[in-house]
Amino acid sequence: MGILEVKDVGKRFGGLQALSDVNLSVKENTVHAIIGPNGAGKSTLLNCLVGKLIPDSGSVMFDGQSVLGRAPFEINQMGISRVFQTPEIFGDLTVMENMLIPIFAKRDGAFRMHAYETVANEKGIVEQAEQMLEEMNMADKRHMHAAALSRGDKRRLEIGMCLSQQPRLLLLDEPTAGMARADTNNTIDLLKQINEERDITITIIEHDMHVVFSLANRITVLAQGTPLVEDDPQNIRGNPKVREAYLGESA
Amino acid sequence: MLGLNKKDTSLLIIVAILTLLAPFILNPFPAGSAMAQFNAGYPDLMQRFVIFGIFAIGFNILFGLTGYLSFGHAAFLGVGSYSAVWMFKLLSYNVIPAIALSVVVAGLFSLLIGYVSLRRSGIYFSILTLAFAQMSFALAYSVLSNPKFNLTNGETGLQVYADDPQILQGANSPDLPHLFGLPMRSTYTLEVGAWSFDFNAGYYLCAVIMMAVFYLAIRIFRSPFGMMLRAVKSNQQRMNYTGLNSKPYTLAAFVISGMYAGLAGGLMAAMDPLAGAERMQWTASGEVVLMTILGGTGTLIGPVLGAGFIKYFENIFSKINDNVLHGWFSFLPDGMEDAMVFIVHPFIGKGWHLTLGILFMLVVIFLPGGLVEGGQRLLNWVRGRRSGADDKTAGKTEPAE
Repeated sequence: MGILEVKDVGKRFGGLQALSDVNLSVKENTVHAIIGPNGAGKSTLLNCLVGKLIPDSGSVMFDGQSVLGRAPFEINQMGISRVFQTPEIFGDLTVMENMLIPIFAKRDGAFRMHAYETVANEKGIVEQAEQMLEEMNMADKRHMHAAALSRGDKRRLEIGMCLSQQPRLLLLDEPTAGMARADTNNTIDLLKQINEERDITITIIEHDMHVVFSLANRITVLAQGTPLVEDDPQNIRGNPKVREAYLGESA
Repeated sequence: MLGLNKKDTSLLIIVAILTLLAPFILNPFPAGSAMAQFNAGYPDLMQRFVIFGIFAIGFNILFGLTGYLSFGHAAFLGVGSYSAVWMFKLLSYNVIPAIALSVVVAGLFSLLIGYVSLRRSGIYFSILTLAFAQMSFALAYSVLSNPKFNLTNGETGLQVYADDPQILQGANSPDLPHLFGLPMRSTYTLEVGAWSFDFNAGYYLCAVIMMAVFYLAIRIFRSPFGMMLRAVKSNQQRMNYTGLNSKPYTLAAFVISGMYAGLAGGLMAAMDPLAGAERMQWTASGEVVLMTILGGTGTLIGPVLGAGFIKYFENIFSKINDNVLHGWFSFLPDGMEDAMVFIVHPFIGKGWHLTLGILFMLVVIFLPGGLVEGGQRLLNWVRGRRSGADDKTAGKTEPAE
């Protein structure tokens, strides 16, 4: 039984059957990659996992509890954090504030009217945020506006914000899209480290085969809204069906 | 001090000094002199400075922090005024229950309007609040004013009549708004040589309340709650995926700013026990938007500056008439004098809105951060000059925040 169990999920947009009979089981502490050609339904599937979309049929269980019908903030509270394709951070706020917010959210829940306390007086939370920035190698940028960070730093910050909440499952949607090779390799190392040192399960959607094969220990290939095959990386490489559907000449 | 850092404390102290000494600061010219028309230190105008300051401080908590632009905040101001006058009619002329009720009623009213309007964001939110405010105006102006059920007294405006119950009104208490016997209208005039300074009880009540709510606003700005409100403005998507529910945050900000508006409305009625529907009209809602943007959206002191700026120019410019202009330009030859008066005429008196419009355009184009940004640039420029000729660019390269 995996930490994330997707059973018979289907989703239709008008005349387009985006997902049909999707079954997926993500084992705890693995890095599970979901790959597939454009339009295979990867992003739709991800949106079904985090509460942005509600599937027409099937079930999505996280740690034995259904996530269907819950709002994104409730699913986050269950222990699922999401990293977006373009980094979603609080651009108008400082790097430090970006890191404080998820820690406050973890402690105080979806809403708490802390209107008479000052942020600076919340020593415990400030300390946690500083430590997290240290670990992300961003402590020297704490007073910068997050919008002024480089693309790679924004990504690091976003991942750090997710980690500060100690999630059990981290979902990433093409985390290295549009990144320079050096930044990509840094991100790969960071994700590996997260998986190994923090025991966080990772599910990743990725186009870049270099990233997929350096990270994943389990791969699901999605084609035309339905899983083609689920296997270990070395078997995926050699699988003729996968080659035909997706890898094509480059493999 | 008071749980604030050094910078905020000094800001609070400066505001306190300025408001307490306002009767001196605003009356720099001798009473009989030609410049006396630029004096703003008379009770009526000083009261308006601080009351609209409170209104704008509250509006800034919503607009400056969350970015939700409400075009209907005058409704809460009006509701506050009506509540206060009703307290005068039913209980007594004491201003404390009147102000308290105006805050509570405005809070409840904004909870209702906010709950509905905040289902949408951006322009749709603005339109919803505008619609609600205009509905409130229509209600106050005609619907809720009929012989069977007269809540607002329609066009005439709600006021206190001799046959009102006023059950707590003592035999000896003054027959106009007062604070435990001290009439709001009582003014002590200090004459120093040619100068005269007015110390008005009502102004000082408003000023003390404004300092209290300004302090509260600083606390909100610096609190985790305030940080969450800025997060709403910055990225709601990330907020929702961080386990936060942005709806209650925006609603709380909406209600707080509605209560500030109600407080301002209550104080208005406390200064002059009359409440009219025109206080709820959309132009009044627009005015507070102008004040906030003109002063500096999202800054602490900006809205107060904006409110003071607009109210000052409204009063001073609208008082200037053609006779005054002829006086100013009398040094010119006759033809030139008439020509100058002809050119300036549209911008004064009733045409002062034209002046306001031009000033507003200039500020938005050249100082997007409002008067606060202007002040900071000036400060940087002065510092740059003082730091000497060897590094002339220092003042320029500093980003104005």
